[in-house]
Amino acid sequence: MKNKFLPLSIIFIFVIFFIIFYKGLQYTNIYTPEIKTNNKIPLFSADLFYSNKVVNSSELFKLDKFYLLNIWSSWCVPCRKEHSLLMHLGKSNKIDIIGINYKDTKVNAEIFLDELGNPYKKIIFDQEGINAIEWGAYGVPESYLIHNGIIIRKYTGPLNKKLINEIKLLIK
Amino acid sequence: MLYSVIGYYSLILGLCFSLILIFFSVRNFKNSKLLDTKILSFTFLQFFFVVISFLSLVLSFIFSDFSNETVFNNSHTTKPLFYKIAGTWGNHEGSLLLWLFVLTLFILIFLLRSKNQPTKYKILTLVFQQIIIIGFFVFLLKTSNPFNFLFPAPEEGLGLNPILQDPALAIHPPILYLGYVGSSIIFSSSLAATSLNLITKSWATHIKKWVLISWIFLTLGILLGSIWAYYELGWGGFWFWDPVENVSLMPWLALTTLLHCILVLEKKLILTSWVIILSISTFTLSMCGTFLVRSGILNSVHTFANDPERGLFILIFLFSLIFLSLFIFFFFHKTNKDTSASFFWLSKETSIIINNWFMMYFLSVVLIGTVYPIFLDVLSSQKISVGAPFYHKLIIPFLIPFLLMMAIGPKLKWIKSNLEDKIYLIILLAISILLSFLIVKNFDTNFLLNTILISSALYLFLITLRDFFIRKNNNISQNIAHFGFSLLIVSILFNNLFSTEIITNLKVGETFKSENTKIVFEGLNQRKEKNYQSIIGNFSIQNSKGKIENMLPELRIYNQPNIVTSEADIKTTLISDKFIVINLVQSKDYFNIRYQVKPFMIWIWFSVVLISFGGLISFIKKKV
Repeated sequence: MKNKFLPLSIIFIFVIFFIIFYKGLQYTNIYTPEIKTNNKIPLFSADLFYSNKVVNSSELFKLDKFYLLNIWSSWCVPCRKEHSLLMHLGKSNKIDIIGINYKDTKVNAEIFLDELGNPYKKIIFDQEGINAIEWGAYGVPESYLIHNGIIIRKYTGPLNKKLINEIKLLIK
Repeated sequence: MLYSVIGYYSLILGLCFSLILIFFSVRNFKNSKLLDTKILSFTFLQFFFVVISFLSLVLSFIFSDFSNETVFNNSHTTKPLFYKIAGTWGNHEGSLLLWLFVLTLFILIFLLRSKNQPTKYKILTLVFQQIIIIGFFVFLLKTSNPFNFLFPAPEEGLGLNPILQDPALAIHPPILYLGYVGSSIIFSSSLAATSLNLITKSWATHIKKWVLISWIFLTLGILLGSIWAYYELGWGGFWFWDPVENVSLMPWLALTTLLHCILVLEKKLILTSWVIILSISTFTLSMCGTFLVRSGILNSVHTFANDPERGLFILIFLFSLIFLSLFIFFFFHKTNKDTSASFFWLSKETSIIINNWFMMYFLSVVLIGTVYPIFLDVLSSQKISVGAPFYHKLIIPFLIPFLLMMAIGPKLKWIKSNLEDKIYLIILLAISILLSFLIVKNFDTNFLLNTILISSALYLFLITLRDFFIRKNNNISQNIAHFGFSLLIVSILFNNLFSTEIITNLKVGETFKSENTKIVFEGLNQRKEKNYQSIIGNFSIQNSKGKIENMLPELRIYNQPNIVTSEADIKTTLISDKFIVINLVQSKDYFNIRYQVKPFMIWIWFSVVLISFGGLISFIKKKV
């Protein structure tokens, strides 16, 4: 009895490890827009990029307006691709784009914005990546569509033309 | 273009040889005499084709052949030649090819070096090794082919991440891989020996060389990574308990324990289960590390690309190996009741077993700290990050008895010993407690714990130091390694306790004054290099004794890709490092300045070199 119990329990433990790692793989890579939508935005305070001021979430997101919260970084290659779409969307007066500059240095971020333009109304400077965690972000880029303090859509990965059109329809 | 074709088809040929080798070995396993020369020549041919493939990739990098996707993604024509070559393994595909290169090289050397071993054992080792090699061939060809074409060929490449353009980091992967892959030989050979019930003293002597060589390379590989982090990342630390560092530390802990068990096994036929389990876990931990950093489950500089297919492949491969080895272990391994003879509690064996358990404890702390965030994320979608305080709290208290055991253990005899004329042990303990009391007294930080910690480290230091002068049945390699370890712990402790830091924002011409340091920002210079532009700050720093030193930290603006890195200026002396790094702040006149004085930095590096030097001596030493 004792002899069989040990191998079986060890194999059982490794099977659990396998399942967890397998799930972990899916969590980081598979596109899951349903999660964390229709939730209230997290309450947080953060540093602003240009002024070193600390803001609260309630000051940033007013009711009755659409916001697109975009997590980006100068070292992130897909962010470069979606940036022109954000510039385009930023021209609309129905929506304000708020940026979270994720695990970046100010120098690099400024070079990035100088080169490609700045679509953001405000930028949160998130050097440690803490604000991104509060939003439940998986990585960069990631965007959240917010209305009345509620997350109505979450986009993991870079935005494309199709998604931008979807956003435009939603904010009409 | 041509090189890519050659490289790709040599890879496929190499894979074919794996299959042929396995086929022949299994078929002729019974009358294995015939096989000896044949397997050797096939293994050589396989190695030859992998070398061709690897060289093709290196040449594609040297000639900047951008029709190759890997080269396009990771190279640039303005890059210096050295980094073009290093760029070969500075990316996911190339580094896997390097794995494969070392894998085939090691099995070839293994076959050449173990002529006198039983043929069945050699063949079985080869089969297990070929299973691993096939895994890597398929992984490379299916999910990460380094020879993908781009058509039309781009004019210019995307460039290598500037923080990776560094000499220490250019040789870090090959050295680390030699350690990792060396552990694959230990893995295959211990599985083979288990299946044939060959775990004996002579096997221990034979495999000891492989344990030592992988251990030396793993130690040096970790050291190089750590040195790089120290001067390139600009945070002034050398170990951050980052998951990617942890996954290299875990195999090291397992391998170190294995090394000690093998040394025991060589003398007495005990600890066989320990040896097998540790051989298996060392390699699976290395593979697990590859999985964690390459699958994108963890985010780090080592995550070259997040591709779920790759992660899934390594995961399945890893667990197949784990289950295969578990099966072999439980099915074939028999603990010999009569040889596991009991030994007196006060003996070398007991002390090694106790230290094994300590090592296992450290290993599990690191393992839990690394994988717990993944578990929590999957089970409850919570994101946490485990940092240094966790590891410090759990490891430091247990370091004290560990160090004491390490000091006393080697003094004990096999089977049974007594503590007669060991008075010097107590005298030295008293001296080290006194010394550390005097040192810590001047600082008001956590008095009791620090005193005990420093005295236990000093104790090991003094005892190993004394052993250098007493040449009675002395094991010089062990002595050097243990002395190095005590030096490492002492330096780390002093480094942590006595480091000072100044962080401030300064404009050109401004001065910062604190109690005993004066920092003057004298000016800025600019310089243009081939692949970057640099801004160099000129600082003069005056310490309490009035000695003035000039320091020149640098900001580098790379053109391809467009990234800024800060290069710290470090003035190293025997006693301490002065470390200064600058960063831009948003109002452009100001620079953020971080100045640190870190005592005993060079001793940390030196002690790790000493540790591996101890291993090297044991490696080249003739059999006693």
